Amino acid sequence: MNEGKREAILGRIREAVRVAAPRPHEGSGRYDSNAIEVPQTSREWLPSVPLDAEGRLNLFREKCSQLRTEFRFLSGQEGAAAALADLRNKQKWTVLGSHHHPMLDPLVQSLGLETLYVEQHPQSKSLERCSVGITACDALIAQTGSILLTARSAGGRALSVLPPHHVVVASVDQLLPDLPAAFELLYEKYGDNYPSFATLITGPSRTGDIERILVLGAHGPRDLTIILLGTNA
Amino acid sequence: MSFTFASKFKIQATKVTADLDHRAKIRAALKSYETARDERKAQYQDWQAARHGAASIKWESLNHLDAYLVDFVTKLSARGTKVFWAGNAQEARDYIVALAKEKRAHTIIKSKTMTSEEIHLNEALRQAGYEVVESDLGEFIVQLRGEAPYHLVFPAMHLTRHEISDLFHEKLHSAPSEHPEELTMIARKELRFKYIQADIGISGANFGIAETGMISITENEGNGRLTTALPKVHVALMGIEKVIPRLSDLALFLPLLATAGTGQQITCYNSLIGGPRQSDEPDGPDEFHLVLLDNNRTQLLADAEQRDALHCIRCGACLNACPIFRNVGGHTYGTTYQGPIGSVITPHLRGLMDWKHLSYASSLCGACTEVCPVKINLHHHLLHNRRNAVASRPDPSERAAFRLFAFLTRYPGLVNRLARISRPLVPFVRVVKPILPAPIKGWLSSRDLPKIARESFRDYWKKR
Repeated sequence: MNEGKREAILGRIREAVRVAAPRPHEGSGRYDSNAIEVPQTSREWLPSVPLDAEGRLNLFREKCSQLRTEFRFLSGQEGAAAALADLRNKQKWTVLGSHHHPMLDPLVQSLGLETLYVEQHPQSKSLERCSVGITACDALIAQTGSILLTARSAGGRALSVLPPHHVVVASVDQLLPDLPAAFELLYEKYGDNYPSFATLITGPSRTGDIERILVLGAHGPRDLTIILLGTNA
Repeated sequence: MSFTFASKFKIQATKVTADLDHRAKIRAALKSYETARDERKAQYQDWQAARHGAASIKWESLNHLDAYLVDFVTKLSARGTKVFWAGNAQEARDYIVALAKEKRAHTIIKSKTMTSEEIHLNEALRQAGYEVVESDLGEFIVQLRGEAPYHLVFPAMHLTRHEISDLFHEKLHSAPSEHPEELTMIARKELRFKYIQADIGISGANFGIAETGMISITENEGNGRLTTALPKVHVALMGIEKVIPRLSDLALFLPLLATAGTGQQITCYNSLIGGPRQSDEPDGPDEFHLVLLDNNRTQLLADAEQRDALHCIRCGACLNACPIFRNVGGHTYGTTYQGPIGSVITPHLRGLMDWKHLSYASSLCGACTEVCPVKINLHHHLLHNRRNAVASRPDPSERAAFRLFAFLTRYPGLVNRLARISRPLVPFVRVVKPILPAPIKGWLSSRDLPKIARESFRDYWKKR
């Protein structure tokens, strides 16, 4: 630690902010309330989300199609197993990457492929050779079509970004309305002991760095599949 | 020095402004952005209120920055993050170079960080003998060209696919391609094993969360995630002004940044990092270092009038909207941060007298202020910088010119008479133009002196 520089910088900051800056739109009348409560209020500004469960599900589906996320809403484990087997055959999967999770374990076993579990600490090099990374998540967000996951819920940091295809398995009760709800969930679930890593994933990896033309699969997965289970399995 | 930066700007601006290909490229690149951004904005229930809310949160954090920073680093340190306070660029560079030495690093992978451009980190690491690889596609391209990023958010927006194809062919010996997708895959393949080989990953930070002690990184490609997941050591470099109070504030800032920056509702990956790998986690870096950089930010903070310039979330919206940026291009500025925000903050970060010319790189149209998602009063700050520059070192020729102007306006009859006398001389101005002194010659180089009317308005009015 370099306490000296810490105190020097903090000292400069304290000296600098002795005079308060004018508040945004001070005295303009229109937005006079300076004590804006976020996120409670930000919900009233951000794009709106239907209040009912079906409306949310439809919004999520619509967002996925805009983002080119493959979205499958299935009624139970058997349906999910069949959908995964279908993907396995189509994409000729050879090796799977996954993590242990009660919802994932039967599905992964049903595929009958060589599987690397992150709990066994495979090398990055081996994980990179996986055809697919199959993970659970913390929540899905209807407003943006996002997946919220953490190092604790989805097998660490690399599994969901290193293989060329990321498959997320979630249950329908994990679908949240909006971003404020997602951050509330993080706070409630992990507030006293956060994982070191959390991420909001919104669609497959993409870039527009060449002539602003959209290309999928820049460095992360080119394919993103969300399998949503209708009944809590 | 002042002569050099200002004159370089002028020479470069004159050249690029006349380059019609350049203008067409920038216009084409921004066209799809503008459409997408406007569509996204229209989906907000109240875009203006969202901007105001974001500005209020930034106001709150900057005006109590000391307290939020202390919270932030206390929480980070508690979970094993090593925090280093860097007063200036040199201290930040020295710390990171020393760390690379201590870790016996060979390869260093970087995800996009403008702050590292500000402190010229790549040069320092390369001089110390390390291989530094930029992993963001745009940054990777400009690094291969040996150039600085052209734009805060779109580093390679000045290049066509053909130029990029030629570059990859020359430097990476890849087959030429007309398709952005194939070109992207060349870079992907090239960089895949760099992530795995790299000993250290360096990233920036878009936000620091005081409440929970986390940094937030916004990106689209996944290079930021790989950079912070695979190497054993992760170093994040962050300006002290990036701290916001609460985790839930991100529910507002992440969509605002994406909408203003790229016209997305939210970018592909928004990651939170609050420490090195914890004992119950399967992977992640063993060490996480956070370098907090002042580098004259506290000076700007001390200017209450312009403190809101530190609200900046580096979305680049003001660049995209700026008629000057669109004509002179990103490289002309000669600064790390281009466009209106760069013109406002560079004089604070690098010296008013050397960089005051940027205050005039504006039409004062206010398009920047209007698009800014955190409501920085950009074009007014350009005026403030002009005023401050004049106050701290008045220009005698400017003062003489204004005295003359004040004198003449007091004697309209005299102006009338002077105009009548000089009327036959106007055609000769074109002839003597090359030998006129600098400011007049410059002004006339793209303009013709208007003809003086045979009869002045005053004379006409009198006769009526």
